[in-house]
Amino acid sequence: MKYNIIDGVKYTKKHEWARQEGDIAVVGLSDYAQDKLGEIVFVELPDVGTQVEAGKGSAVIESVKAVADLYAPVDGTVTEINEELLDQPEVINSDPYGEGWVYKVEIKDEGQMNDLMDKPAYEKFVVEEDEK
Amino acid sequence: MNKARKTPFYEKHLALEGKIVDYSGWLLPVQYAKGLVEEVHDTRKRATIFDVSHMGEITVEGRDAEAYLQKILVNDISDLKDNAIRYSPVCYPDGGVVDDILVYRINVDSFLLVVNAANTDKDFDWFQENLFGDVRLVNLSPEYAQVALQGPNSLDIMQQLTAAPLAEMKSYHFLPEVEVAGVKCIVSRTGYTGEDGFEVYCKNAGASKLWDALWEAGRKHELNPAGLGARDVLRLEASMPLYGHELSRELTPLQARLDRFVSLDKEVDFNGREALKKQKEVGMDRMLFGLEMLERGVPREGYPVHHEGREIGWVSSGSFAPTLEKFIAMAFLDPEVMKKTSEVDLMIRTRSYRAKVTKLPFYRRKK
Repeated sequence: MKYNIIDGVKYTKKHEWARQEGDIAVVGLSDYAQDKLGEIVFVELPDVGTQVEAGKGSAVIESVKAVADLYAPVDGTVTEINEELLDQPEVINSDPYGEGWVYKVEIKDEGQMNDLMDKPAYEKFVVEEDEK
Repeated sequence: MNKARKTPFYEKHLALEGKIVDYSGWLLPVQYAKGLVEEVHDTRKRATIFDVSHMGEITVEGRDAEAYLQKILVNDISDLKDNAIRYSPVCYPDGGVVDDILVYRINVDSFLLVVNAANTDKDFDWFQENLFGDVRLVNLSPEYAQVALQGPNSLDIMQQLTAAPLAEMKSYHFLPEVEVAGVKCIVSRTGYTGEDGFEVYCKNAGASKLWDALWEAGRKHELNPAGLGARDVLRLEASMPLYGHELSRELTPLQARLDRFVSLDKEVDFNGREALKKQKEVGMDRMLFGLEMLERGVPREGYPVHHEGREIGWVSSGSFAPTLEKFIAMAFLDPEVMKKTSEVDLMIRTRSYRAKVTKLPFYRRKK
C-alpha cells in the first residue's frame, strides 16, 4: 500500500478521518489527502463553539499549489482546535493521524460515525480513487 | 475539446513519478516525487530539468522579416545581432497584450519566435493577419520538443554533451545548430526561473535521446526533475510575468511595468504604440506591485486587495515562496493609493490579512 491507512479511525469519502474518544471525535486529514495536496503551508481553523455539519466545509487546508476544504465527518460542536498547526501546518504532512489532528468535535449523532469507512473499506476506496 | 497531447517526454515523467495534469492541452507533470518545494530548492542550488515542449515555436523568414517584426513587436529589434535573443510583448492596437515572446535572430532574414503554449494558435493567426511584404511564417510547434535545464550546475551538465563552447555563451544568446549528445539542437542561455541555465530545442524524433543523455550527464551534478508547479513558483520569486496573470487582453505591458521592453521611441509605428504612448501620459488606474504577507496566509490569483475598506485591486499571482520562506504576491493596485501607503489588506475568503509593499523582483540570483 502506497498510503498509510491506520486502524482505529473512520474515514470519509473526502479523505478526512475521525477518531472517537467518548462523545468526542478527533478530526484530521488522511495520509492520502496530505500526499495529494503536497507541502501544506497554511490552515484556517474553525472557532471553538462552531457548529459543523457532516459533509460541509469546516476548515481550510492549503498547500503551495492548492486550497482544500476539510469537510466535517459528523455534525457537532467544535470543542478544541489544534493551534499548533497555525505555526506549523506541515505537521499534517509528517504526522497526519497524530500531531497533525485539526479539531475535536462533540458528536451529535453516533450513527454518523458508524456510516464512515473503516480501514479495509477505505483501502479499497483509495485504490479506486487512484485508478480514476 | 481536443484531447490533451503527450510530449515526447511523457513516459519519462511517469517513470519519475510525475503527477500529470492537463496544462493548456498538454499532459505535463505538475510535480515529481520530491515535491514542489524541494524542486524549487534543487533549481536554486543545483540543477533541474523541465519538459517545456508545450511552448510554441514559429519561424519568420524573408527579406521583410525584420521590418515585419518591428511592426508587431513592442520592443525594438533593430540592434539585435545574430545569435541574440530579445524578450518582447506583442500588443493589439489598443495596447492589450496578444502574448509575450522571445525573438531569436538567426540572421537578418530569419527569426525564431518562442511563444506561450496556450497562445500559439492565437498568435499564429494574429501574425498571419498582420502579414506584409516578403515574409513566410511557419508554425513548427508540433514538430519540436523543448527541455529547460536550470540552476547553477546546468553549464557543467550541458558541456559534457557538446563540443560547442557554452561557457562563452552569454545570457539571452543562442546557437542555432548544435549537436548535443549527437542530436541536432537549438541551444539558448535562457530560462524562466531566475537562475542560469539553458533551453534546448530539438525535433521530436531526437527528444528521448536528448533527455536520457542530459539525465545521465546530470548524475554527478545532482540533477533532478522539476514540474510546472515549481516553474510557476520560481518565475514568481524572480518576478517574471506570466501571460494570463500579469499580462492579458485587458492589461498593457506598461501596467505590468515592462517599460524597458516597450520601445515607444522606435522608428516604426508598431501595433499598440499610440495607445501605450497615451497611457503613459494619462496614467493608469492599476499597476503591478510586489506584496509580502505580514500575517500567515496564502495569497492567490484573483483575491481582492483593499485599503481602508475600499477595493484597490487584485492579486495576479501569489504563493508561498520556498526560497524566501515568505508568502508573496504580485498584484495590480491603484498607484494613487499606493503613493500614500505601504500596507494593504489582502482578502482571503472571509477575512483580511495584512501585506506590505516590497520591491520587485522578490528574488535575484547572486552573480
